Amino acid sequence: MGQINLTQVTKSFGDVNVIPPLDLNINEGEFTVFVGPSGCGKSTLLRLIAGLEDITSGKITIDGQDATNLPPSKRGLAMVFQSYALYPHMSVRKNIAFPMKMAGMDEAEQNRRIEAAAKALNLTDYLDRRPGQLSGGQRQRVAIGRAIVREPSAFLFDEPLSNLDAALRVGMRLEISEMHKRLETTMIYVTHDQVEAMTMADKIVVLQAGVIEQVGSPLELYRAPRNKFVAGFIGSPKMNLIEGQLASEHNVHTIGIRPEHIDVSTSDGAWKGTVGVAEHLGSDTFIHIHGIPGCDPLTVRAGGEVDVRHGDTVYLTPQAQHIHKFGVDGLRVD
Amino acid sequence: MARAVTNQRKAINTLAAWAVGLLIFFPILWTILTSFKTEATAIADPPVFLAFDWTLENYEAVMERSNYARFLWNSIIIAGGSTILGIIIAVPAAWSMAFVPSKRTKDILLWMLSTKMLPAVGVLYPIYLIFINLGILDTRIGLVIVLMLINLPIIVWMLYTYFKEIPVDILEAGRMDGASLKSEIIYILTPMAVPGIASTLLLNFILAWNEAFWTLNLTAAKAAPLTAFIASYSSPEGLFYAKLSAASTMAIAPILILGWFSQKQLVSGLTFGAVK
Amino acid sequence: MATQHSRSAARFMMAPAVVLLLGWMLVPLLMTLYFSFKTYLPLRGGDLGWAGFDNYVRFVSSSAFWPSIQATLIIVGGALIITVGFGILLGILLNQPMWGQGVVRILVIAPFFVMPTVSALVWKNMFMDPTNGLLAHLWRFFGADPVVWLSDASLFSIILIVSWQWLPFATLILLTAIQSLDGEQLEASEMDGAPVLKRFWYIVLPHLSRAITIVILIETIFLLSIFAEILVTTGGAFGTRTLTYLIFQRVLESQNVGLGSAGGVYAIILANIVAIFLMRIVGKNLDA
Repeated sequence: MGQINLTQVTKSFGDVNVIPPLDLNINEGEFTVFVGPSGCGKSTLLRLIAGLEDITSGKITIDGQDATNLPPSKRGLAMVFQSYALYPHMSVRKNIAFPMKMAGMDEAEQNRRIEAAAKALNLTDYLDRRPGQLSGGQRQRVAIGRAIVREPSAFLFDEPLSNLDAALRVGMRLEISEMHKRLETTMIYVTHDQVEAMTMADKIVVLQAGVIEQVGSPLELYRAPRNKFVAGFIGSPKMNLIEGQLASEHNVHTIGIRPEHIDVSTSDGAWKGTVGVAEHLGSDTFIHIHGIPGCDPLTVRAGGEVDVRHGDTVYLTPQAQHIHKFGVDGLRVD
Repeated sequence: MARAVTNQRKAINTLAAWAVGLLIFFPILWTILTSFKTEATAIADPPVFLAFDWTLENYEAVMERSNYARFLWNSIIIAGGSTILGIIIAVPAAWSMAFVPSKRTKDILLWMLSTKMLPAVGVLYPIYLIFINLGILDTRIGLVIVLMLINLPIIVWMLYTYFKEIPVDILEAGRMDGASLKSEIIYILTPMAVPGIASTLLLNFILAWNEAFWTLNLTAAKAAPLTAFIASYSSPEGLFYAKLSAASTMAIAPILILGWFSQKQLVSGLTFGAVK
Repeated sequence: MATQHSRSAARFMMAPAVVLLLGWMLVPLLMTLYFSFKTYLPLRGGDLGWAGFDNYVRFVSSSAFWPSIQATLIIVGGALIITVGFGILLGILLNQPMWGQGVVRILVIAPFFVMPTVSALVWKNMFMDPTNGLLAHLWRFFGADPVVWLSDASLFSIILIVSWQWLPFATLILLTAIQSLDGEQLEASEMDGAPVLKRFWYIVLPHLSRAITIVILIETIFLLSIFAEILVTTGGAFGTRTLTYLIFQRVLESQNVGLGSAGGVYAIILANIVAIFLMRIVGKNLDA
């Protein structure tokens, strides 16, 4: 249950092609994250899988069956929307019951599932309230509850945490991950936040302009990005991409080195530069350095105890085993 | 405005506004008052304002002798029927324009609005002929159809604007939850659009109730609504001001009350949203 | 969202409204056009054959034509000036801080909801009647002879009645537009030293120009076709026979359908010209 395959799927809105031919396999039980900058087509892709938009060409199969022309209700999928999309005129109980009512389920079973979901999501006290009377986090849970009771073959999440404040976001992230471990159901999750992607995913799909740049586990993407785009997208702060003289020393067009893989010293090192801005977080220090040819500014992550100021001279040594190489075409060179 | 408005200025504004308001409202007020006078008092010179013997004789006279109830009933059926029929036809149309817009949606909407600009007198005779041939001249159903057609553009327009305010993803959530189109409209769309549908109903009921071209030309004894009934007072016999006032008060009172509730919709409904 | 599924559903759901309005527009229109090219006198022989453009020529060369255009222009123009002019003033007044604003609004808006036959008859009898009307009483109070409104000042009387009915509409719309004017703009100009009248002329009026245009266009369309008010007051006499009333008489009273239809076509063309301007403004708004 929950095996989804996309074969040569394209999507155009009128004359504008937003997704060129795309192939993707989502395996049963996987937590797959679609990630990418705004406008990269991740939400569109999710909606194509959900059936809320038609595919222009290509095929989608769900659990071996051709779902390309099936309406959303017949695909056995459940979706949690960014705005939660709760029915404002129905109570929480009725909201959660709605899909079961549409499926003609008998009332006893409906109530059983509602109670179970409410307990799992801490909603038991709110069952008779209306969405308008709930907080953002509570509404989020109702949306999830409404999806859970359908016992779908896969859950689709469309940037569900974007509307929550930072603290709530971290908490909900953990809850969704735990939910996945418990239910073991396929989940497809769309976000523009690469931290969410890295922490929650079994598999990440990085998209840009409708094209899949790379598919892999979080650590694979971190350690072996296929091209400059993925290299710069995954990891925070962004990987430093250096061109010019320093790159030609390695016989390539561009080299990349992550801020956490550069050693800082005030006395000696391979490269010399001047501190621009130093951000002291206590746990870490992010130093932005000017004067390195081919990369300005260069970002370095150092320990919290490192104390450099604007204008200081620093010496940097990149850790050799962590240098990434990219050719003229932006692709990885090994 | 951060400055405090002086009470003096407020008082002047209040005085001026109330004076103008009462002046404008006066004809209506006078009509209501006159409806409770005797015919003799109604034409008294100097005119009597409040100090007279209030009587209900005019109301009795109008309701009994001229079969007022039939005219009232005709107005209700024609105004109500045309509006409800209009809403039934307009809801699906407005749904598709609001939620599945195409490149031509805007043009179709504008075209619909433009049909309201058609001068009635230009098509009077053909409609007259068609009605005679179909046997629906001087029938309520005939008028229900005509008034529905002339108000349909406004009904579609108003429902369209209310539907547009409903977030699409709530409807999509419904689809994901397995709702068919019919279920979507019944369980999700309509409950959320109830206030909008009510406003539309209200305004168009009022417009149909007051319509005074087709109701005057397409009806005679059987289907004449209140507009035509009042028109019959244009060449009366004997003293009739008080009776006219009573008939008028009964004809306009319900609409004045309904009208108060539909002020906001009046602006956006009748200017087709060009003024918000 | 749009899938093939919902798109075909949409087309199906729009069909009744579109088909009905299309029929409503085309069928009578084509018939009117047809009749306009015929000599058709139902009471005097019926269909008497093709007339070509005769009816069109006869309509505009009839002695009643230009007076009807005149009457129409005077009534529409007069009503527009009064409703827009006073509408602006009333709108500004109602926008001021005061007590009981809600009630004043109701008082001012009420006339719009009174059916045309009631307004016309109430004005005709209870106000304008030269013997028993209130205005007659008032004139006599000041020692003057009462005005026989509907025969001596007929056009003005009609304008008065119609303006009374439409003033609320103009006021409501202009009030809405005034309320949407950003108070800070006015404050800034005040700080720049502009006196009240200049503030009105340079800031308020331009902001209102769009609303004024819309009021003028919509009122014109409705005013061109006023009917009941004339029917129950003057019956078209004393120079109040507007184009609409003239056509009505040709068609239903003298039953010269061909001639009346030609007149109807003229009226339709006239209304469409105004409608084009109005639709352009509405269309621009729809894009927003």
